[in-house]
Amino acid sequence: MSTRRIALTVNGTRHEAEAPVRQHLGDFLRGTLGLTGTHLGCEHGVCGACTVLLDGRAIRACLVLAVQAEDRAVTTVEGLAPSPEALHPLQAAFCANHGLQCGFCTPGMLTTLEEFLRDCPDPTEEEVRVAISGNLCRCTGYDSIVAATMEAARAMREAAA
Amino acid sequence: MKAAPFAYHDPRSVEEALHLLATLENARLLAGGQSLMPMLNMRVAFPDHLIDLNRVEGLAGVTAEGGALRIGAMTRQRDIEESPLVRAHLPLMSEALTHVGHRQTRNRGTIGGSLCNLDPSAELVAVATALDAVLEVQGPSGARDLSIHELPLGFMTPSLAPEEMLTAIRIPLPPAGHGAAFEEFARRHGDYAITSAAAVLVLEGGRIARASLTLGGVGAGPLRLRSAEAALAGQAPSEALLREAAAACGSIDAMSDPQAPAWYRRRLAATLARRALTAAASRATTPARQGGLA
Repeated sequence: MSTRRIALTVNGTRHEAEAPVRQHLGDFLRGTLGLTGTHLGCEHGVCGACTVLLDGRAIRACLVLAVQAEDRAVTTVEGLAPSPEALHPLQAAFCANHGLQCGFCTPGMLTTLEEFLRDCPDPTEEEVRVAISGNLCRCTGYDSIVAATMEAARAMREAAA
Repeated sequence: MKAAPFAYHDPRSVEEALHLLATLENARLLAGGQSLMPMLNMRVAFPDHLIDLNRVEGLAGVTAEGGALRIGAMTRQRDIEESPLVRAHLPLMSEALTHVGHRQTRNRGTIGGSLCNLDPSAELVAVATALDAVLEVQGPSGARDLSIHELPLGFMTPSLAPEEMLTAIRIPLPPAGHGAAFEEFARRHGDYAITSAAAVLVLEGGRIARASLTLGGVGAGPLRLRSAEAALAGQAPSEALLREAAAACGSIDAMSDPQAPAWYRRRLAATLARRALTAAASRATTPARQGGLA
């Protein structure tokens, strides 16, 4: 099978590894780099669970080939927290607001919302709902995710002030 | 849900991409990958060669050129959505883009990919049709311009030769002060529209100087409603006139599929067309935006 050696930065760390050219980024992150925080649900771009940041933008890791991430910077859910001791404000707010139950959609929700709050630090609830429209959650009914996001946005605005 | 094996090529120039396309058997071009990658993962598509355009120089960007906006085929939908040039001169496209998939797919998806995939419900296909876009196509025998109206040959079938590729889209600018609106109905935000309507109205002296009305999702390709446009031209944009023009959409030849029967699409078309025309008319009567292109 055709493979290619690629170098990329994941969560600030430089990695070099062999990737089959047909392998999508999600499988590469999980299988080759062992970063299993990125979840794979549908693998055809519908569920949003595999969302990661590619050069700061939220993308579906199942719809990008690993070889396309050559020389690019990827951030996964493992890279969101500022330190091993502290949670990202979104993670803390999800925890406090029951923003997750089974947790399968959570990595995709968090990475999607991290980009969204950078662009839109003071969103309305409606804007949050549109922002997560590409992420399926079968547990929460979304209300607690929206509440958590509003709280995280407040906390991040206060921290920046 | 894993792609079947293929050989991967990532050319750096249009020439290199065209050479690969002309010489490789069963090759597919990969643009943003938001339709082709799912097809590969589901093994609906089996190319032997994938030619990735993401590292080709000079295929992305929005520029103003002599009364038109030129959008590179590999320009991401998100970059078009946020382009100040597009917002100022082609508000129809900015508005429609908010309905295209989701933030994560617009961060990757490209305008060239959307147009060549030619899904009948795709918002960008309807918008390009409403705005009379001209496609810049390159192939082994050189470059040619292709009107968007000549692109669809049938369901999801663009009139490009196998060794040709779309490199840019030129959209003639409607005059400053025109009104435009995009309306669609989909089961969920970001889904492909069951039916959509794109309207552009240019007013002069209180009358409609030019009208453009396009429906998406009703048939194998986008549908420009020339007779309704002709009925609007020269008239004052009264509520009754717009309602009557939109009502003509109720007798179009619409398709049935598992999502919706034809009669439902016809009713949606008439309603969405009326909303789009009404919004376009109200926006056209607001003071003209200052200035044209520098």
